[in-house]
Amino acid sequence: MDMITKIKEGLGLRIVSWEERSPRRVYLTVNKEDIFEVSRFLFKELGLRFSTASGIDAPLAFEIIYHFSDDASGVVYSLRVVLSDKLHPQVDSLTPVFAAAEWVEREIWEMLGINFKNHPNLKRLLLAEDWPQGDYPLRQGR
Amino acid sequence: MSHRVIVPIGPYHPLQEEPEFFQLYVEGERVVDIDIIIGYNHRGIEKLSESKHFDQIAFLVERICGICSSSHPYAYVLAVEDILGGEEKVVPERAIYIRTIVDELQRIHSHLLWLGLAGHFIGYNTVWMWAWKYREPVLDCFEMITGNRNNYGMLKIGGIRRDMKDEDISVLKKTLDELVPAVNMFKGAVMDDPVIKARLVGVGVLTKAQAIDYCVVGPTARASGINIDVRRDDPYGAYSNLDWNIIMEKDGDIFAKTVVRILEMYESIRIIRQCLDKLPRGAIDADVKDIPVGEGIGRVEAPRGECFHYIKSDGTNRPIRHKIRAPSFMNVASNKVGAVGGTISDATITLAAVDPCYCCTERVAVINKPDNKKIMNGWDLIKLSQEKTNKLRERFKDGRAQ
Repeated sequence: MDMITKIKEGLGLRIVSWEERSPRRVYLTVNKEDIFEVSRFLFKELGLRFSTASGIDAPLAFEIIYHFSDDASGVVYSLRVVLSDKLHPQVDSLTPVFAAAEWVEREIWEMLGINFKNHPNLKRLLLAEDWPQGDYPLRQGR
Repeated sequence: MSHRVIVPIGPYHPLQEEPEFFQLYVEGERVVDIDIIIGYNHRGIEKLSESKHFDQIAFLVERICGICSSSHPYAYVLAVEDILGGEEKVVPERAIYIRTIVDELQRIHSHLLWLGLAGHFIGYNTVWMWAWKYREPVLDCFEMITGNRNNYGMLKIGGIRRDMKDEDISVLKKTLDELVPAVNMFKGAVMDDPVIKARLVGVGVLTKAQAIDYCVVGPTARASGINIDVRRDDPYGAYSNLDWNIIMEKDGDIFAKTVVRILEMYESIRIIRQCLDKLPRGAIDADVKDIPVGEGIGRVEAPRGECFHYIKSDGTNRPIRHKIRAPSFMNVASNKVGAVGGTISDATITLAAVDPCYCCTERVAVINKPDNKKIMNGWDLIKLSQEKTNKLRERFKDGRAQ
């Protein structure tokens, strides 16, 4: 069974949208409530590697795209989560699933102001200590 | 017994050339915990990129890192070409081969640089001097092909900026021929030397399970028995047409990382030789004009591992989001497990064994403004230019100077 079938069967109705834009680039949307469980499934059970996550300040919502790499086939699965609460964007932390998420989430938190629930060590990574609180450099309209 | 002491290393690191700050928590000689504090080199390149047009960004991202200064622009152009339909559909074949040559030459010079630094870190300065000596001819080749020893300016969307001359090929081949005995010597000097083995075997071990947990990439992952390499997994450039091997080790210690890097240099030499033999003739640039709406991901196997760029375009001449993830971002975090449990004397080499590159990992410079100087941003300059235009308009109101 190939990876695409495994993911489709494993996630089932958790997949909100599925788009294969090119043979090695798959984009899917999942609900933010499901991201923890979905990532756990992809990482622990299917053995995908977490490449990174891109936080985006879109006009109507914040988006986080989690990029998982299937190194056996070279496919990058990009999981999009839409955080429609623009004032208090929040999502579950993936650090309890894999350590690699710790720095990636700290960077998104300080740059875009997205809160990660249950993150064990949510503090600044790149910005200086005296950078003003609540000022997020990658938000649009600054 | 558990008298815990903090040993600060940095931000002016006694050995490494970049600022980073490690707080080692030690009990006696043993490191029990570590705090990694970075951010001293953060320059806000992701934000800057949103204000540049697509052609300028290749130059911008090239300046993320001086060592892997073709990996970042390569990953970036691949991300944009991903929106356009993929590298193999857009870029002329000759350009793809020359991109591959530059990418591999860079790997050789980067690995030699690391090998020299690693030698220096363990007090083996002969290896340092040798490694950097043999790195020089490689940099000379870069100067010949690209015009620069670093920051090559070769990559552009749809091709490359500068063609290779036919006479360069023989010089490059000769340099590679002369490099092989040097790599042989390093292989002997490192892999057969009992002193180096005593110093590096079993030190700073990153187990396979830890490597998976931290999602490390590149030689750091391959030394821990993880069989990944973007060049094979998600092929770009000419790699899928060439015959080469992935170097793997399974012990995860510093010795394994050293072996992986040394043996990878042979593979890079093989790759470049094949590219030179197969180098097709033809155009080097597809002359791409517009970037459509879309999202693209570009991945390149930089000397330190997978370099990841994500571009979101809204159809204008600038991206609306450009996410950059350098390989060291994943690798440096793994020091948390690599250095803990070892002795403090092993910490320096362990922390350097992932071949960290901080200017890559971080990408806001804080400017201390002297009171009597005014700093102007882009908008101030536009305003100044508009004021000047209005003044000129006033002067030439009647079609001649007043």
